[in-house]
Amino acid sequence: MNLSCKEASRLMSQAEDRSLSPAERAALTLHLGVCKACRAAADQIQQLRRALRSLFDQPK
Amino acid sequence: MSTEFRAKVEALRPYLLRYAALELRNPESAEDCVQEALLAALSAEASFEGRSNLRTWLTGILKHKIVDAIRRASRERPVDDVEEDTADLDARFDETGHWRERPRPWQDPDAALHQKQFLAALESCLAGLPARTAQVFMLREHLGLETAEICKELGLTATNCWVLLYRARLLLRECLEKSWFRR
Repeated sequence: MNLSCKEASRLMSQAEDRSLSPAERAALTLHLGVCKACRAAADQIQQLRRALRSLFDQPK
Repeated sequence: MSTEFRAKVEALRPYLLRYAALELRNPESAEDCVQEALLAALSAEASFEGRSNLRTWLTGILKHKIVDAIRRASRERPVDDVEEDTADLDARFDETGHWRERPRPWQDPDAALHQKQFLAALESCLAGLPARTAQVFMLREHLGLETAEICKELGLTATNCWVLLYRARLLLRECLEKSWFRR
């Protein structure tokens, strides 16, 4: 399964919220291996998560 | 109830209000939730005994009140179909499915987490999200609820939840890129 960036971006978001099927996971890994833009987007989704969790954890 | 305990709890009100406002996006419901949480906390002084962090304990109580409020509100306002429509998100990609504007790595995102101005930029990006999108995203990423739990509380289908979360992530990354990382 060859993913477009549009499909990959949707899957990388869903990967945060549900277990991807083995086929989806493999296709996403393959796409991220060759697509710099999607790798950046996937990293940023993780960074957003860290940012949100730290929003109120900062000692005052 | 000791005066000292009451004073300590009251001192955390502004923090709790900011927290609730970000989740609920409605100053009045935020006030109500904080009020309920503070009353619950004051009548439960005994159960705080021995715990080290009052703020964490109060935030835990507040989280329950927030989820209750969101559940009540979502019963009154059912989801409309527009929120499942992804045309706005699809527009970020060309007809072959490639990004129209290719994401590029952010410079030192972890250092940003320690900067007050970054957190302010993030809060302002969150405020710019559509209401339901923001709410689902905050429940997921900030309160850390499981997606299944969010769907159940808000009466959403799983697909609807995933679309809202996907929209939130795409819009927030774009917003932060513009307002912070490519200033």
